[in-house]
Amino acid sequence: MTTVLPDATTGSPPEEPAPEAGGQQPASGAGSPRRNGSRLATLVPPLGVLAVVLGIWNAFSYVLLEEDQRFLMPPPHKVVQVGILDTENLTEILRGLWQTTQVALVGLAISIVLGTLLAVAMSQARWVERSIYPYAVVLQTIPIIALVPLIGFWFDFNFRSRVIVCVTISLFPIITNTLFGLKSADRQLHDLFTLHGASRSTRLRKLLLPAALPAIFTGFRISAGLSVIGAIVGDFFFRQGDPGIGRLLDVYRNRLESEELFTAIFFSSLLGLVVFWGFGFLAHRLLRSWHDSAGGDH
Amino acid sequence: MATTSAPTDTSLRFDHVSMVFPDGTHAVDDVTFSLGPGELVSVVGPSGCGKSTLLRIASGLATASGGQVEVDTGDVGYVFQDATLLPWRNVQANVELLAELHGVPKDERRRLAAEAIELVWLQGFERQMPRRLSGGMKMRVSLARSLTLKPGVFLFDEPFGALDEITREKLNDELLRLFDSQRFAGLFVTHSVSEAVFLSTRVLVMSPRPGRILADVPVPFPYPRAPELRFTPEFAALAGEVSAALRGSR
Repeated sequence: MTTVLPDATTGSPPEEPAPEAGGQQPASGAGSPRRNGSRLATLVPPLGVLAVVLGIWNAFSYVLLEEDQRFLMPPPHKVVQVGILDTENLTEILRGLWQTTQVALVGLAISIVLGTLLAVAMSQARWVERSIYPYAVVLQTIPIIALVPLIGFWFDFNFRSRVIVCVTISLFPIITNTLFGLKSADRQLHDLFTLHGASRSTRLRKLLLPAALPAIFTGFRISAGLSVIGAIVGDFFFRQGDPGIGRLLDVYRNRLESEELFTAIFFSSLLGLVVFWGFGFLAHRLLRSWHDSAGGDH
Repeated sequence: MATTSAPTDTSLRFDHVSMVFPDGTHAVDDVTFSLGPGELVSVVGPSGCGKSTLLRIASGLATASGGQVEVDTGDVGYVFQDATLLPWRNVQANVELLAELHGVPKDERRRLAAEAIELVWLQGFERQMPRRLSGGMKMRVSLARSLTLKPGVFLFDEPFGALDEITREKLNDELLRLFDSQRFAGLFVTHSVSEAVFLSTRVLVMSPRPGRILADVPVPFPYPRAPELRFTPEFAALAGEVSAALRGSR
């Protein structure tokens, strides 16, 4: 089951995967031996950590907790059994996850469009920046959680207000990162465009926006993670409409259904991770030909 | 004080030009000179003596606070200290940039870029991204970019200052070859005395701030100049003269 191919091309010793990590090996036959070797090298350390975490988790559940307290930290296999292998529970969680995903994606899309437009407007005129920026900061510093019930009162407890919470939380990083990027264009390049009579819109399209792309994508990535948090927070507080994963977290907590709770937490994290990674991948594909930040693998 | 035999055909003329910045910095004081086609004039001076300010004024990027400047700013090519390429464009697209900004149609742009790329010997590198090029090659792309518009006046702001000596001398030779074939009027700012003497028809020596022209040294060597010129006694004597003027300025 463990397929270790000696690396003849470089003469370096083959990677020895931990024997206990068996069954988690990548499908053999994909790529050359050399590529397989390097894939193993990147997979083994995190898998090792996973094994250690699962071990500690089990120790917690069985050694530290009495049977009647075990719901506080159900062992991993029980979580899988109840949360994932039970079709009814899994369906409920995945349905909630899909609901939350929709809120997060719509919210993120609105944040991206709105944030980028605001940042472009701010980069084009000092007075716009001075007028808007303080409020963008306020948006970031006020405790949004305190505002969530209010947003519910004003806009009803439906999809729309969940999206509004989501936008409120994820807008700021897009504004600041895009604005920073637009201002980062080289001074001599600005001079070059001035010398050759470039119009405002030409300068924006051919110099400022491309130069800002790496920073813009940094903002997208941060906001992608935040949009998931925003969608869950909004959902957590709103007791009407189709329940998302935030609603389910609250229900499971009240019912002390810890296996379901653990599963829901796991899927929430996975959603955030997938959105974050998706934008990382997109940035890598778009920028790798010219920008150092996109040089590595994500 | 500094005008030598003014050519009948003048591309750039500074007439008692001074520059005082709004913060009170007196960068340039009473500078007068002119140059025409087929003249390559170098400006040497201590750091911060306003050499670059002269170029900014000549190009129209800055406006002199005193005196007169005569130049057709539409006919000016500016080569910056850095290659200033757009990192997201390949060599071809970078060379086409200026023609693009001037609204030249695509086919014509292609042709101009191909011509310029050939002039700086970069054929075969059209599809390369700037990050894959060495410092010297980036500078050649930058030169090609300026050449597409066939400017009558070329302004060079220490373009080879960041390069190693071997690359710098190679690019000096190539610049001379371009100068010999294109016959533009060139104003070349540098802090290297030997580069100034090797390239130019005249060397202007500037004083520390506020920058004034202390000496105007004609360089009599005919073009084309061979690389070996740098090792002749005549060259050394002239470089010594410029250095002495520069030392006297401190």
